[in-house]
Amino acid sequence: MSMSLNRKIVAAAAGLMLAIAVPVAGVAADTLKMGVVGPHSGDLASYGLPSVNAAKILVEQINAAGGINGKQIELLIEDTVCDAKTATDVATKLVSDGAQFVLGGICSGSTKAALPIYLDAGILVMSPSATNPGLTQSGDYPNFFRTIAPDDAQAQLDVDFAIDKMGYKKIAVVHDKGDYGKGFAEFAKMFIEKNGNAEVVLFEGVTPGAVDYSAIVQKIKQSGAETVMFGGYHPEASKIVTMMKKKRLDASFISDDGVKDITFIKVAGEFAEGAYASGPMDTSSNPLSKAAVEAHKKEFGSDPGAFYENAYSAVLAMANAVKVAGSTDLEALKKALQTEKVDTPVGTISFDERGDAIGVGFSVYQVQNGTFVELK
Amino acid sequence: MDYFIELLFSGLTRGSIYALIALGYTMVYGIIGLINFAHGEIYMIGAFTAFIVATILSILGFPALAIIVLAGLAAVVWSASYGYTIEKIAYKPLRHAPRLSPLISAIGMSMFLQNYVLLAQTSDFLPFPQLISDFNFMEPVAHIVGSTDLVILVTTTVVMICLTILIKYTKIGKAMRATSQDRMMAMLVGINVNRIISVTFIIGSSLAAIGGMLIASHIGQINFYIGFIAGIKAFTAAVLGGIGSIPGAVLGSVVLGLTESFATGYVSSDYEDVFAFSLLVLILIFKPSGILGKADTQKV
Repeated sequence: MSMSLNRKIVAAAAGLMLAIAVPVAGVAADTLKMGVVGPHSGDLASYGLPSVNAAKILVEQINAAGGINGKQIELLIEDTVCDAKTATDVATKLVSDGAQFVLGGICSGSTKAALPIYLDAGILVMSPSATNPGLTQSGDYPNFFRTIAPDDAQAQLDVDFAIDKMGYKKIAVVHDKGDYGKGFAEFAKMFIEKNGNAEVVLFEGVTPGAVDYSAIVQKIKQSGAETVMFGGYHPEASKIVTMMKKKRLDASFISDDGVKDITFIKVAGEFAEGAYASGPMDTSSNPLSKAAVEAHKKEFGSDPGAFYENAYSAVLAMANAVKVAGSTDLEALKKALQTEKVDTPVGTISFDERGDAIGVGFSVYQVQNGTFVELK
Repeated sequence: MDYFIELLFSGLTRGSIYALIALGYTMVYGIIGLINFAHGEIYMIGAFTAFIVATILSILGFPALAIIVLAGLAAVVWSASYGYTIEKIAYKPLRHAPRLSPLISAIGMSMFLQNYVLLAQTSDFLPFPQLISDFNFMEPVAHIVGSTDLVILVTTTVVMICLTILIKYTKIGKAMRATSQDRMMAMLVGINVNRIISVTFIIGSSLAAIGGMLIASHIGQINFYIGFIAGIKAFTAAVLGGIGSIPGAVLGSVVLGLTESFATGYVSSDYEDVFAFSLLVLILIFKPSGILGKADTQKV
């Protein structure tokens, strides 16, 4: 019994060695290897799969046109389920498989967990969707880039809008106590205090799912706030705007892209009219964006999902950087990303030294007659 | 002073909302000593039924009052049949089992119903129509207490009075009290205990359905998960007031609602739940059976 078990272990180990040995040998072949990571199964698959589609479409196009500097691109697609543990395992696997640059990391948390492994291997990582500000601002991950604006950019935009454009002096900042909502609210508070032309008259969290928000609405009224800045998602936002109108509170409502969802308008109905919410800039008039969406419809027969255009842009930016740099060396790629402007579906972008895209941003939208209208 | 009154009414509304659900908890507990964790889901199903019926009727162009009455009626009938069926399927076979078994069964039922509605309906939030339009005479005080708030306050009061009369002065009420005090003895004197328990579930579920309709109309949205949080809070209120006692459930709910409202108003809504549950702990330390609960050593 123990003999056969030992033999099995030896065989498994040998198999493992072989499995590692083969891909390492494969690096010598003249292809570029691009990892694509993200949740491809489970709850969050709808956020990850559009990136895979974007990569497939573009890689096919690039390879058909002769590749980058004569080299074909090979995709290494791996599922992280947005789980930190799985993401680090995947990172180790991709490094040993010889990936030279990686598209992805969809969720901020799991991306952060995997980044040190890619950094040690000198691999460039570009995310279409990880918005946690610390990923770029901490300076810990010089190999990390993204084609989406970080959460704090949104708070900054909303604060500028409220103070400089609307001229509000008293702002109530409310959040849903969640990571995303509270994070947004804390940035908003910080930026309001930095601006100095307005004051935060109230900073509070509400309990999601509570049966009634009239007490907090009365408190906002008591504070004399001219506007409510809310960090969180649409279910609470619609309850709060509804209660504000019902309690005859005449303050405006400004929120984040967790609220810029058609469900907000559907649920809050007439009470949503006039509310502001920031969200990614409308790029639907950009011809490159139209082409990208058309390509998806042709290839997969459906409309692309979340972060598709950001992923598409990330692949374009990385491909261009590899082409300009002439290698996949991290320093050379970083220099190319920071200096070269690339036309993408999300606009003409380049990157700052921290890794955030310049030219990608948010706009403020207002609910007018039951739709979100972008305010220029 | 205005601010105080505003908070007072916020608290009363919230308390009345809890009370409509808490009454069902407390009735069932009073009769069979079971915490019916599926009660929150009955409330949710009532809200969904009212939503579906109200949507259909408003498409057909019925007047507002007819919509409220018919949607309410449908919700009551539907929820009551759920309550009745749940008791027969999940609790009755376990009536002589150890007390933990029906409790687990209730939790299982709660999860089953949530997921059933999730699959059968949707996981999205749905806009619940505002069934109660703003009354003109309420306009001067609308900033303090809205028309829906008023309807909820009045309904809770009326329901509490009716229930008290039912239990104190009717034949079935007497049978309920007998069942609650000693099930075996009640059987021996010819009370159909199974029927009494079914009636209790039907009444409790009907109240939850009315609550579901009114509360959903107050909040303006529903989804499959609303029963959970509302149920937990109502359960807390029932324990606070003394579980098993009808006036206790209402008193506990109002105390809980006012505590949350004033905690939000004068301290911070971040600590709303901290205050609510600290109060619960405090009251249970000094009065373990709740504000109006009777000390009952037999049930330990």
